[in-house]
Amino acid sequence: MNKVKELLFITVIGKDRKGIVAKVSGLVYECGLNIEDISQKIMDGHFVMTMMVDMGDSKYSLEDIREKLEKLGRELDQSIQIQHENIFKMMHRV
Amino acid sequence: MSITVDEIFETASMTLYQNLDIRTTTLGINLKDCIDSDFRKFKEKVYDRIYSNAIKLIEEAKKLESKYGVPIVNKRISITPISLIMETHSTKKKYLEMAQTLDKAAKDAGIDFIGGFGAMVQKGMTKADKKLIDSLPEVLSKTDRVCSFMNVGSNVSGMNVDAVNLLGATIKQISLQSKDAIGCAKFVVMVNAPEDNPFMAAAFHGIGEPDFSLNIGISGPGVVKSVVEKNKECDLTQLSEIIKRTVFKITRAGELIGRELAYNMRIPFGIVDISLAPTTAKGDSVARIIEAFGIESIGTHGSTMAIALLMNAIKKGGAMASGNVGGLSGTFIPVSEDAGMIEAVNKGALNLEKLEAFTAVCSVGMDMFAVPGDTPSEKISAIIADELAIGIVNNKTTAVRIIPVPGKKPGQSVNFGGLLGKAPVMKVNKYSAKDFMRRGGRMPAPITSMRN
Repeated sequence: MNKVKELLFITVIGKDRKGIVAKVSGLVYECGLNIEDISQKIMDGHFVMTMMVDMGDSKYSLEDIREKLEKLGRELDQSIQIQHENIFKMMHRV
Repeated sequence: MSITVDEIFETASMTLYQNLDIRTTTLGINLKDCIDSDFRKFKEKVYDRIYSNAIKLIEEAKKLESKYGVPIVNKRISITPISLIMETHSTKKKYLEMAQTLDKAAKDAGIDFIGGFGAMVQKGMTKADKKLIDSLPEVLSKTDRVCSFMNVGSNVSGMNVDAVNLLGATIKQISLQSKDAIGCAKFVVMVNAPEDNPFMAAAFHGIGEPDFSLNIGISGPGVVKSVVEKNKECDLTQLSEIIKRTVFKITRAGELIGRELAYNMRIPFGIVDISLAPTTAKGDSVARIIEAFGIESIGTHGSTMAIALLMNAIKKGGAMASGNVGGLSGTFIPVSEDAGMIEAVNKGALNLEKLEAFTAVCSVGMDMFAVPGDTPSEKISAIIADELAIGIVNNKTTAVRIIPVPGKKPGQSVNFGGLLGKAPVMKVNKYSAKDFMRRGGRMPAPITSMRN
């Protein structure tokens, strides 16, 4: 049976450097999240990577995942945010 | 991806760098059915009702903070105006005991502030109301989280100047009894009080409200300042449009989180109040938005219009974003809670008269400002009366949170710490309105009250 998708966006903001995508993807895999889409871009002088993930299959809570991502962010010297897709739909779509 | 990288970046930046937050989520609780002739039982029922719901509020709010990455800074409770439920127990001692019960429930559950320890006295005061006012100096000095309001006027009833006179003297008493006059920071005198206001110190759960109601106050001066700074050359019409669009977005975030929180708690969703509310944190200042418009310092000529423009854009952006926008939506300009306002007072750019002028165009009133401790009580009443007259004549809520600081003079300041900030003592006009205020009575309602 297909589980209901629970889509979230991970945003990584900081200086461009090697290994960001690899490290974040690795953690995402460990947490049991499935990557649905991934983009990166330089904006306002920042390296910005966004990743849409499905946490429908994850056995971790969102709080645990947030904590792990924040820890990784500190290690990589990047700001990492994870937010449910609803907030983007509400803010950017009428 | 249906949402673009630019959009994701914009939202994530608001939360990561620009202090976008849900400033408060305030759960309104009806306490009328807790009334009991046995005062001990009455207090127990009040404690249980507040504590059990407060725990639920905090738990659910925490889940949503994590889900959306938007901090919910304060979790608060507003209750049925205490005067209504305490009428048959109206002694000073019992008012204090009830306040301590509320304070304990708030502390035990982890609630920041609990509002509603007040009364509606716009036409006159009952004996119980007078006792309540009489109890305030002790209540506000012996509790930490209880906030009090007094509604002393409205568009249709005019202003109860007898109450204003009594409250001027009460405020002096509060300032003398509490450390650094901090009790005054938890007390507000107002007109046209909305019944669903989520912001302290004026929040209460009005009599037209259901058993529970969840109201959200969303903030984010840093977000607005950031877009203003990125648009240095546009004219004022365009500037207004840019602010409107930004406010639309942040209000939508508030609407989403508020609705979901109410749904998860199985209670009705009340309103979203989109009010830019500053904190002393860097980048969280309303004054800095006004300065980013191109004004050298808030308080100088041009800043009243700048606030009017900001207010207009906020209200319009918010109205489009939510079907339940609260009556106070706009911007707050508390002095002690805004680094830019504090600086403006300290360098002489902002005085009391200009602060009063601002409130004619913005919500909510003269907020969190300190005056010398030797200011006579009738002068405090006159400052309050001036401000409230602006609200009554202009069909709007206005409020005063004034802090006479014992032993302090203009040029000095008092530090409350935390969200309440640091208040520079402002100079008051040296001439008196004593004989005018002493007349008492009621200022009649304006002609606009005869609309029926």
